[in-house]
Amino acid sequence: MSTKGSEFAGVRIAGPRPGGDLGDGASQATAYLLSLGDDALVYAQRLAEWLTHAPQIEEDMALGNIGLDLLGQARSLLTRAGEVEGAGRDEDALAMLRDEREFRNVHLVEQERGDFAHEMARMLWFSSYQVELYSRLVGSADETLAGIAQKAVKEVEYHRDHATQWVLRLGDGTEVSHERMQAGLVAVHPYVRELGEDYPAARWAAAEGVGVLPSTLAGPVNDYVSGVLDRATLAMPDAPRWHARGGRDGIHSRPMGYLLAEMQHIARSHPGATW
Amino acid sequence: MYGNDFGPRDDAPLNAAETQDYTQALEDYFNGLIDEDSRIEPRDAMPDGYRQTLIRQIAQHAHSEIIGMQPEGNWLTRAPSLRRKAILLAKVQDEAGHGLYLYSAAETLGVDREELLDKLHAGKQKYSSIFNYPTLTWADAGAIGWLVDGAAIMNQVPLCRCSYGPYARAMIRVCKEESFHQRQGFEILWTLSQGTDAQKAMLQDAANRWWWPALMMFGPPDSGEKAADGHTAQNMAWGIKRFTNDDLRQKFVDMTVPQAIKLGITLPDPDLRWNEERGHWDFGEIDWDEFWRVLKGDGPCNAERIATRVAAHEEGAWVREAAVAYAAKVAEREQGAVA
Repeated sequence: MSTKGSEFAGVRIAGPRPGGDLGDGASQATAYLLSLGDDALVYAQRLAEWLTHAPQIEEDMALGNIGLDLLGQARSLLTRAGEVEGAGRDEDALAMLRDEREFRNVHLVEQERGDFAHEMARMLWFSSYQVELYSRLVGSADETLAGIAQKAVKEVEYHRDHATQWVLRLGDGTEVSHERMQAGLVAVHPYVRELGEDYPAARWAAAEGVGVLPSTLAGPVNDYVSGVLDRATLAMPDAPRWHARGGRDGIHSRPMGYLLAEMQHIARSHPGATW
Repeated sequence: MYGNDFGPRDDAPLNAAETQDYTQALEDYFNGLIDEDSRIEPRDAMPDGYRQTLIRQIAQHAHSEIIGMQPEGNWLTRAPSLRRKAILLAKVQDEAGHGLYLYSAAETLGVDREELLDKLHAGKQKYSSIFNYPTLTWADAGAIGWLVDGAAIMNQVPLCRCSYGPYARAMIRVCKEESFHQRQGFEILWTLSQGTDAQKAMLQDAANRWWWPALMMFGPPDSGEKAADGHTAQNMAWGIKRFTNDDLRQKFVDMTVPQAIKLGITLPDPDLRWNEERGHWDFGEIDWDEFWRVLKGDGPCNAERIATRVAAHEEGAWVREAAVAYAAKVAEREQGAVA
């Protein structure tokens, strides 16, 4: 594993410790796992909103399926985060009882649902990022995380393919779809850079061989998306005047509070109840 | 000058396949298959009435799956735990899948999905009226599984032996998945029954609201004096229907009442009692006025369900058009490459 791990980001790889314990960096490790888990959870929540609103029934199924994969990843990652934290919080305590400032997902996934082109633009970027991420995390020094990544990488390759096929169809379909797809890409562009920005927990995780530096993923992600846009007769949008930042540190955008209010309200209305 | 002397009269057969002999041969063939309880397959000759009945029934079933995604989809973003959210998401997705199998089964009868969806959107074809009721609390997600899926399975298990092959085969898979959904619904309610006072109250309230509409799902009375009304007799002769609405309703009540007792809830029927002599549960009079009122459009969610469905379809038109245009371009390029 260490040989494989050392191939990415050029950081020192720590071997897994007895019992899978991540050692002194537990709070950094928790923060790192929460970042990955929250991305998956919040995007699953947004995708679930598509059910019964998709352009065709096949797409209700596909978006539901992708949401279900992400939800599965989120559950494993949050469970692992809770174990590493050691404070007795399980997946539901982490999902339902944390406040907005404690969520560590990027802004891209929390944005409100737009039209189908907007969704495919978001999915193309996010799934491309997840493919690069998980394909490296299979070499994580944390065996649990490596196992999660091994299962997830197959899922996100399918998500990326799904988004790719739709970006091609919409980009190279009709005049209307081309315009809407281009507009979708422009709308998500300010949220893309955050995916490739390093943050303290990721720096720690990469140094320990547990995780990956996001900045090392940006190049391959960009190359993949550029290739798709070329084939789809679409243009990579110009660098935006501003870009989203702060998600990894719990600084979110307006839609996040509403998303959590909806997701958490039943669980919070019945403290201590089992479902 | 050519007159009409040699031309056929409008009503005269031009060949033997236009004669009564041929029609009779087809009818005999079809009746033979029905008599020996064989499956009718898409290429078999079948009476137009049989074909139209099946199209209507399968389409209504498919529409019910698609519209039925809405009341439960209503709880996807609010499910109280991640496990429940995952189970519900998988369930709603299964319903989309059932809709697709059923539209495909209907397509074997010579209609296409687009045509059937247009009829649904225009209110010319129906879906199960139960979905015109709202899902007000989390317990409703459980009650739909327990009662609505439970009633649906009671209706659908006999359809696994329906005389029309593609429908029967679709039902075998659908019933298996629905059975899983029904168990999950019961499990949601069982967990509530073991929970806090507020959870128990939520459970009782959902049972109060869903019990009678679930009994209405079997349709109006069609046995005894009512046997001559409606389509039951013909559909039974054709092997589309195997039991009367009333028989299925009684079976459902008999199966479900003990489950309600297990959940520790009361069902909202003062006349519900075990009848030793009949060996069945007696139950009270169903409010058929409510059934007909909701069926005809005056239910709490009729307008909303169709509006949501139509909006998704219309807002997605440009996406479907793009997919067709792209496929045509790809085909053209491939042809160009071959040439």
